[in-house]
Amino acid sequence: MDMTIQNHPSRLDNPQSLKFETFSYLPPMSETQIIAQIEYCFSQDWDCAVEYAELERSMDDYWYMWKLPLFGERDAKKIVQALNDCRDAQPDCLVRLVAYDRKRQSRGMQFVVHKGGL
Amino acid sequence: MSTKTYDAGVKDYRLTYWDPNYTPKETDLLACFKITAQDGVDREEAAAAVCAESSTGTWTTVWTDHFTDMDHYKGRAYRIEDVPGDDTCFYAFIAYPIDLFEEGSITNVLTSLVGNVFGFKAIRALRLEDIRFPLAYVMTCGGPPNGINVERDIMNKYGRPMLGCTIKPKLGLSGKNYGRAVYEALRGGLDFTKDDENVNSQPFMRWKQRFDFVAEGLNQAEDETGERKGHYLNVTGPTMEDTYERAEYAKSLGMRIIMHDFFTAGFTANTSLANWCRDNGMLLHIHRAMHAVVDRNPYHGIHFRVLTKCLRLSGGDHLHSGTVVGKLEGDREATLGWVDLMRDSFIPENRKRGLFFDQDYGTMPGMLPVASGGIHVWHMPALTAIFGDQAVFQFGGGTLGHPWGNAYGAEANRVALEACVMARNEGKNLEAEGKDVLLNAAKHSPALGAALETWKEIKFEFDTVDKLDAGA
Repeated sequence: MDMTIQNHPSRLDNPQSLKFETFSYLPPMSETQIIAQIEYCFSQDWDCAVEYAELERSMDDYWYMWKLPLFGERDAKKIVQALNDCRDAQPDCLVRLVAYDRKRQSRGMQFVVHKGGL
Repeated sequence: MSTKTYDAGVKDYRLTYWDPNYTPKETDLLACFKITAQDGVDREEAAAAVCAESSTGTWTTVWTDHFTDMDHYKGRAYRIEDVPGDDTCFYAFIAYPIDLFEEGSITNVLTSLVGNVFGFKAIRALRLEDIRFPLAYVMTCGGPPNGINVERDIMNKYGRPMLGCTIKPKLGLSGKNYGRAVYEALRGGLDFTKDDENVNSQPFMRWKQRFDFVAEGLNQAEDETGERKGHYLNVTGPTMEDTYERAEYAKSLGMRIIMHDFFTAGFTANTSLANWCRDNGMLLHIHRAMHAVVDRNPYHGIHFRVLTKCLRLSGGDHLHSGTVVGKLEGDREATLGWVDLMRDSFIPENRKRGLFFDQDYGTMPGMLPVASGGIHVWHMPALTAIFGDQAVFQFGGGTLGHPWGNAYGAEANRVALEACVMARNEGKNLEAEGKDVLLNAAKHSPALGAALETWKEIKFEFDTVDKLDAGA
């Protein structure tokens, strides 16, 4: 490969430089790939939720909840549907999947699925 | 009722301290020593001698023993086992009543268990292999100031291991140049950067300049990436007054995590700082300089699993664990043993991992193991498979040594890590398919491609010096 030294493109004034924590250094996932991650959450007995926020609030702890967490839902297609419903209703916002681990009182997983506003 | 009278002179230790019929109590502190006795000293006498010297006994009978009920306070050597594959030494199991120890004082426990006894003439060598802290004692200790779950909430990192980098060169950078190295690594995608252990407050870079420039670089990287970042500001000072001053200043700068060297500073200092961190909502990264001086010799010293337990009780949110795959010592099964001791709530006896006792921590929070030392992107699949999500992987040379600089080095590690986690979640076997996972990820990341090219030939294949005892 070409090993010539590159200039790193990250800039404060370029929103494309913004990252959103886990999986934000990978290319956008296909629906099949998203479903695989949701299935992994189910395998860990985590419950899924959908959250959204404006770009300028992406670092905040509390994003808007899309309705309520889908406690007990184990159909990955329904989780994907909720992610898409949220995106359609809030097209200017970031939309993320959250997986709650009630045993550890923590989040087992969290990643941005739709990047409205970018 | 029998009575006891004073009879001056030297008695065999075994008469008082060897008790093979004793059943340890739930509240006893248990220890397993590996003893290499001097020629002519039999096992029971050597075990009883170690027990006596680490609890109530001294070399001769003293009349003041009769003021108290020694049967209540004395330790008891209750079991002897062969060391598999080695007849030069043996294991001795000793039970100590909980009354012998000051509550919440790891310093006091170690002063008893590994005090004078280690210089005792009747033994040639002595190693403390394991301690079972009774839950009743655990509950008197503060433990990790925050723990793994709180740290994830503070750092906003979920579903993956975290990534760090120790800033190099270890010594000699000015504060401003040092801050540059921090900024570049964080803007490229790392979660943490770290002061090296011997970066304290030398003439070339006083601590306040370092803290100021690091904070500036860290804040710039957060603004640019929109992600939360941390830098382990090493607050280890020559006195506790200095240490507190540095910790307070780090907090005043809005930093989230500080760092301490628990072994060179000592357990009392560490416990004090851990308490300060708990009160001030600061994460505490623990370095382990000097540990190999006492834990590497298989016949003499203290095993690292004991230091791990002691540190968890004293308090820390991170502790270096070894990598299994990098440049530093660490047998895989033994490492997994002490990694469990850092993270889990209850760890059962498991001789295959060198764990001699069940250990129950109750509700005490866990610590994140930090895998650091000679690791680079090619190790990422194995690290992710071995450690799982609850760990920090630190790539020093593996970030700063990237041909295009720190930011690209950081990005390469982040891309590799996320690709490995995604693949693992999809059900791929990382140790078998890791190479393909990395090469596929590099197709959309020139940073990773260049890292894979740079480190493709590096291997660290030396045998471990401190192996688990054979046959275990």
